[in-house]
Amino acid sequence: MKQRALSVYAALALAFLYAPLLILIVFSFNGGRFTLWEGFSLRWYRAAMNDPQLAGGLVNSLIVAAGATVLSTAIGTFAAYGLWRKASRLLSGTLYLSLVTPEIVTGVSLLALFQWAFRFLHLQLGLYTVVIAHVAFSIAYVAIVISARLRNHDRALEEAAMDLGASEWHAFSRVTLPLLAPAIAAAGLLALVVSFDDYVITSLVAGVDSETLPMVIYAMARRGVSPVLNAVSALIVVAFGGIILVSQRLQER
Amino acid sequence: MRKWFLLPARVWMALFFACPLAIVCAYSFLTRGDYGGVEQPWTIESFTRLADPLYLAILWRSIWIAALSTALCALLGFPLALFISRSGRRKNLYLQLVLLPFWTSFLVRTYAWLFILRDTGLVNTVLTGLHLISRPLQLLYNDGAVLLGLVYNFLPFFVLPMYATLERLDPALLEAAADLGARPFATLWRVVIPISAPGFVAGSMLVFIPCLGAYLTPDLLGGGKSVMLGNLIQNQFTTARDWPFGSAASLVLMLASALILSGLMRSRVARELM
Repeated sequence: MKQRALSVYAALALAFLYAPLLILIVFSFNGGRFTLWEGFSLRWYRAAMNDPQLAGGLVNSLIVAAGATVLSTAIGTFAAYGLWRKASRLLSGTLYLSLVTPEIVTGVSLLALFQWAFRFLHLQLGLYTVVIAHVAFSIAYVAIVISARLRNHDRALEEAAMDLGASEWHAFSRVTLPLLAPAIAAAGLLALVVSFDDYVITSLVAGVDSETLPMVIYAMARRGVSPVLNAVSALIVVAFGGIILVSQRLQER
Repeated sequence: MRKWFLLPARVWMALFFACPLAIVCAYSFLTRGDYGGVEQPWTIESFTRLADPLYLAILWRSIWIAALSTALCALLGFPLALFISRSGRRKNLYLQLVLLPFWTSFLVRTYAWLFILRDTGLVNTVLTGLHLISRPLQLLYNDGAVLLGLVYNFLPFFVLPMYATLERLDPALLEAAADLGARPFATLWRVVIPISAPGFVAGSMLVFIPCLGAYLTPDLLGGGKSVMLGNLIQNQFTTARDWPFGSAASLVLMLASALILSGLMRSRVARELM
């Protein structure tokens, strides 16, 4: 009896978590402009595809996410491996701190840094400042995923490789790295999603011509109701959900 | 050799995480410049201004909303974690189901509530259609909407550590309690909950930190009426252009988050989770 009550509760809780997203997806196929169901239609998807602002934002977001993912995955993997070899309280503490620092604080402090640096360097905010910021907050995510995998990694494997004459670098690149491949892919996908989704930090450090997709979405949401936004949201939910599922499968391997 | 592996992360985090925070730290003791920058002399005026009733109210509101969100997450999350920990082979599936929405775009999840709650949104349309109300209810732009958004967004943060604690609970303890005559509720109240206290603490901290520093949720769902510390900081760095004051507020928020994190790192659950 008690277990059944708990099951009913869990079903309700899961409904609470999923209902808003499902509602968005359902209404993205609505033929009408308002929140009344007026039949199935793909018109908002067509409108989203033809929106130049959304397209521009998407391109910028993809550029940023690609750059940030490659850099943060490489840096984070090296860091996790280095920490696995020998712990560093300073670095792991910094990484955890970066994870809990409120986004708004990360954002304004990076803005302050860039503005300060621009007094000496003749540069401006642009897409590259967004990439720098995204890498800074993604390294911790990557390092955590890779560290979790390394916890079950047998140290004897590298020792054996080195006994057989491999250099430290070769023991890493030929033995450990291939075994880490699924975890690295999982971490990379996670970094991709985290970068692609960020609004708060991005909006503070992006240059005038470098609006990312979340910035376009935010502006549209602020302006008022637009069914186009439902279509874009639905696409993002499905794409992110898929990527995360793949990432989780990879982490289990 | 090992230090070469750590070098890129050390350099990046020093340049683009520690350095920015140091600059904000310095700015918080400077004076606002005429054109929005910072100038000498050094002063603690930005910090004393935080004690203004106006800003103190925002500070208290942030703490209060974060605390309330945390309590609600604990209340809603505990039974969910308990259910998952008792689901046998399906544990991982359910856990992933709870965590999945968390990864699907924070912005979209917050917008979803905007879509549901606004004047022409789903709730009001349905209620008007059923002739239960004649005018749309004001569901957005109040503390309740912010609370709802925060609980919705951060519930998984509580469920995860809570589940990790409950999962380690020895079923023999429950049997022992039952054998000794404890009814299910007494077992829950006097055995399960005390043992899972570390999960409560860790989960609460994990929810409280992001709620205290929330910006996007109060911005979209609270409008101008439910301002939290994060919105104050954003405003000082953009519209108001008072960087020293914004820096002081950032520093306070940062210190609060770091203090809670250090408490979290010391807890047993964190060591097992991390």
